[in-house]
Amino acid sequence: MKLTYCLSGHPTLPCNVLKFKSTTIMLDCGLDMTSTLNFLPLPLVQSPRLSNLPGWSLKDGNAFLDKTELIDLSTVDVILISNYHCMMALPYITEHTGFTGTVYATEPTVQIGRLLPSPLKDAVEVSTWRRCYTMQEVNSALSKIQLVGYSQKIELFGAVQVTPLSSGYALGSSNWIIQSHYEKVSYVSGSSLLTTHPQPMDQASLKNSDVLVLTGLTQIPTANPDGMVGEFCSNLALTVRNGGNVLVPCYPSGVIYDLLECLYQYIDSAGLSSVPLYFISPVANSSLEFSQIFAEWLCHNKQSKVYLPEPPFPHAELIQTNKLKHYPSIHGDFSNDFRQPCVVFTGHPSLRFGDVVHFMELWGKSSLNTIIFTEPDFSYLEALAPYQPLAMKCIYCPIDTRLNFIQVSKLLKEVQPLHVVCPEQYTQPPPAQSHRMDLMIDCQPPAMSYRRAEVLALPFKRRYEKIEIMPELADSLVPMEIKPGISLATVSAVLHTKDNKHLLQPPPRPAQPTSGKKRKRVSDDVPDCKVLKPLLSGSIPVEQFVQTLEKHGFSDIKVEDTAKGHIVLLQEAETLIQIEEDSTHIICDNDEMLRVRLRDLVLKFLQKF
Amino acid sequence: RCGAGFGRFRCLVRGGAGQDVGRSCILVSIAGKNVMLDCGMHMGFNDDRRFPDFSYITQNGRLTDFLDCVIISHFHLDHCGALPYFSEMVGYDGPIYMTHPTQAICPILLEDYRKIAVDKKGEANFFTSQMIKDCMKKVVAVHLHQTVQVDDELEIKAYYAGHVLGAAMFQIKVGSESVVYTGDYNMTPDRHLGAAWIDKCRPNLLITESTYATTIRDSKRCRERDFLKKVHETVERGGKVLIPVFALGRAQELCILLETFWERMNLKVPIYFSTGLTEKANHYYKLFIPWTNQKIRKTFVQRNMFEFKHIKAFDRAFADNPGPMVVFATPGMLHAGQSLQIFRKWAGNEKNMVIMPGYCVQGTVGHKILSGQRKLEMEGRQVLEVKMQVEYMSFSAHADAKGIMQLVGQAEPESVLLVHGEAKKMEFLKQKIEQELRVSCYMPANGETVTLPTSPSIPVGISLGLLKREMAQGLLPEAKKPRLLHGTLIMKDSNFRLVSSEQALKELGLAEHQLRFTCRVHLHDTRKEQEMALRVYSHLKSVLKDHCVQHLPDGSVTVESILIQAAAPSEDPGTKVLLVSWTYQDEELGSFLTSLLKKGLPQAPS
Repeated sequence: MKLTYCLSGHPTLPCNVLKFKSTTIMLDCGLDMTSTLNFLPLPLVQSPRLSNLPGWSLKDGNAFLDKTELIDLSTVDVILISNYHCMMALPYITEHTGFTGTVYATEPTVQIGRLLPSPLKDAVEVSTWRRCYTMQEVNSALSKIQLVGYSQKIELFGAVQVTPLSSGYALGSSNWIIQSHYEKVSYVSGSSLLTTHPQPMDQASLKNSDVLVLTGLTQIPTANPDGMVGEFCSNLALTVRNGGNVLVPCYPSGVIYDLLECLYQYIDSAGLSSVPLYFISPVANSSLEFSQIFAEWLCHNKQSKVYLPEPPFPHAELIQTNKLKHYPSIHGDFSNDFRQPCVVFTGHPSLRFGDVVHFMELWGKSSLNTIIFTEPDFSYLEALAPYQPLAMKCIYCPIDTRLNFIQVSKLLKEVQPLHVVCPEQYTQPPPAQSHRMDLMIDCQPPAMSYRRAEVLALPFKRRYEKIEIMPELADSLVPMEIKPGISLATVSAVLHTKDNKHLLQPPPRPAQPTSGKKRKRVSDDVPDCKVLKPLLSGSIPVEQFVQTLEKHGFSDIKVEDTAKGHIVLLQEAETLIQIEEDSTHIICDNDEMLRVRLRDLVLKFLQKF
Repeated sequence: RCGAGFGRFRCLVRGGAGQDVGRSCILVSIAGKNVMLDCGMHMGFNDDRRFPDFSYITQNGRLTDFLDCVIISHFHLDHCGALPYFSEMVGYDGPIYMTHPTQAICPILLEDYRKIAVDKKGEANFFTSQMIKDCMKKVVAVHLHQTVQVDDELEIKAYYAGHVLGAAMFQIKVGSESVVYTGDYNMTPDRHLGAAWIDKCRPNLLITESTYATTIRDSKRCRERDFLKKVHETVERGGKVLIPVFALGRAQELCILLETFWERMNLKVPIYFSTGLTEKANHYYKLFIPWTNQKIRKTFVQRNMFEFKHIKAFDRAFADNPGPMVVFATPGMLHAGQSLQIFRKWAGNEKNMVIMPGYCVQGTVGHKILSGQRKLEMEGRQVLEVKMQVEYMSFSAHADAKGIMQLVGQAEPESVLLVHGEAKKMEFLKQKIEQELRVSCYMPANGETVTLPTSPSIPVGISLGLLKREMAQGLLPEAKKPRLLHGTLIMKDSNFRLVSSEQALKELGLAEHQLRFTCRVHLHDTRKEQEMALRVYSHLKSVLKDHCVQHLPDGSVTVESILIQAAAPSEDPGTKVLLVSWTYQDEELGSFLTSLLKKGLPQAPS
């Protein structure tokens, strides 16, 4: 029985549990952080204006966690992580639920995941935000992760095999195949068909799926990432030329690598090479360094750079030529180096915490400055709301490289799963664009949808299991061609099952009868009726049968026709054999020798199954 | 007897490496697939013997048709040096698998080697730069632990081997048969690389190198201390230290070692690293950090261990500078190039020292001085007298006997094959493996073929209904006796399914033919039929305690599905006839019942 339990209502930050062949597998454990927007921004210095705004609460941090009574999380055997955005609830599950299993993720996912900010981790010091995880818990959770590589086959309890595949969305991001020998579930979460820095998506390996679970599509289906990057560059140039500053609220990893690469190519041609680019984040240095060492997880172009050997990303050169500078925070060196006009990349994209709050307060009042939103996770209007009224220009260029609906239908046509399962949000147009029938999944048979806190039975039934036949047993089998190309062999063997692996061994030789000193009791001889005899099939041609009887010394044979067949009479032996199309009945005296002889003659004409 | 796909496969290993540390090239045939493992050259030869004899592989026909793939374990030339010759000059167009770092570094070492051979020594009939490029186009890079499907049946998987950057062991698998080839590996982490690791993959055969088959090396720390002491003493008395190394591998480890020592001791004596490859080499280490050891990976953001403060680039002219210095120079076996040039300059002075940190192949200058030769004949009949001190330190990252045993223990192979070692030492290790691990062990000579019979089990699909029925039965308490599973194997093309007999009949559209027996049992009994039926019932009930015996209202008795009825009264009132009827499937019980009843019924208890 296979069921999915949906524990998250956010389609791009999924958390599903799949039961597959007695294995319980959690697919991602994303944490919906959009509710961060309900909080007040955390400024550097207490601001009386911000802390007295009505309508925003100082909510309990625990509200983030998807607690659910649907399933006992201690029964989860493994957790599969698809990308670094989808693991924020991991410490909660590994440290607070009795979970004792293994977590699987790729190395870049873990290394970059540990850099990513989360209000739960990065706001621990602030008294108004209740602490959810300690740093210890975060480290303990990360230590439970087993690192895996693309196309690595991982055996779970001998019953199920899971394999991560490149999903093309971020460094180390993966889709997962969950399969046994006869069933295959593909879990597609956060995939991209665009050529950016990661290794391209592996589509071929998704073919022949019984079920394809589809999550993590683009959050902005109407925006074309390439166009957005163009707009980003031109708005940036315009602002800087007019003497204004550009603020880019962003995560410290991911799209920022692509933005820096675009700027690397763009700033010289746009005559902006003297404008400083600042990247401010506690993990800025780590993020930039890590991006350069995962050559094996990058697209082909970047890989071949490493072979020269050169760093795969051009931001190394931007740093070398002093065009890009990075700082752990606005304190210290940054305040000495700071020159305006400039471009600042900093977090958090929700504008609720991190150094971005400072820049909002610093630059918000001047219309020369521009804030450019590139991360698609938060509504920019809501993000800006507590800062209103603002004089600074605001540009919305969301860059979400994940699959859009056109790409989904292309993908589904390509890989042809028997069934598609997705969050219910994808089976109808977005609420704000209810007329856009193209902004939903369109496939045949229609996708099965699930919603938060719901259990969905997957539409396929297991019918076969792999079993191994020992070579000695295989050698003893006698195949028989029944129809052209189809052979049969009856198998009587001993079944051994260990660690979910099944093995057929030759039947034991009959035990030598022990020389009985003890008086045998009648009941000792009672045969074990568990020894199964094969089924029979075929029919008995009467004439040939009679000839065979004669050949074997029976005489005085008489054959009578009946409505359904024949009766063969062996008058001397007082025996009667009724032969019909699908049955034979031997009626004789209690003469075992005779019965066995007749039986063997009948069996000659029949096939055993 | 079973025509459809059953059979025996052979696993054939052909040693081009054999009992010699020179070049590695092994051909494995497994379940009808042919895989070539490594394609090395011999550093000790300058003629045809340098490259393996590929005519061994196939006498007629193209290599591309015969070989399913080629696997290169790491970038050392004794493992990949013949690759361009093999693919471009002999001719092979199939896939060549290696890890990313190997793919990055291999062409550089090949080009370097080509330059020495062709440009400096003027050798003809050698591969060209273009051939190296064309050869590398055939390479497919693999990740660690990734299962690469070479074709529908053949898959390979790489494991971390330590040894040098990007070195890997490979598992080659066809169905349930598999071979593991270790290449060179190191079971103890060193200053820049981690230790080799493999899971319990239980291959039919483990092919392992055995360079240090007899050595149980002392602790790494001792060797390091020894090394530092010798270097330090020599420079203190004003001598020059030459350390011949290969650009990648030991060089980085020893540099890290000297760099930290110099810093701690505040030494000012210059350390040089021969230019060219080396700076590049350090870049590779920086970019392939995930392949280095835990410590370096953890700290690389703060401090990249491959950025050296004390170690400077070497210039030819420096060799004649007065005063002490330490020079790392390539190549490592003193067979050519810069290290040999410096050696010739410094050999005459007893204050100087040459430290050989790795193994030297027979025929090289390195091997000669290590075996005690002090008068060397150089080109042009010149004789070079070696007065400088010669030290050997085993820093090359090969597993020692203990390490090899450890790896065999990890992988749990059915048998082991030793290659890449010296015959005597291999014999010692062979005995050790056979006695201590009870695993059969082979050590083929060069050009010898080892054939191992394997008997793989045959995977089939069993219908879940049949399997579950059987497994449920297996849980019953009476299941102590071995139980027989009965089913029908349906073989259609290469699709094998084991189903219950009923399902097999149904699937093939065949009807069951029921075979039934009815036996007349004559009993001498004067009692009435009804009374007799009751006695039959109680008799059977007492004998057949484990069976379901029932007395039906119509007067008949059933035991499981066997029916016992009284026949119509016969003429003789003293004889009663019982009809016992059963199907073929119940034959055992039926025939038992008739013989039991024939013995008569016990006298009724009075």
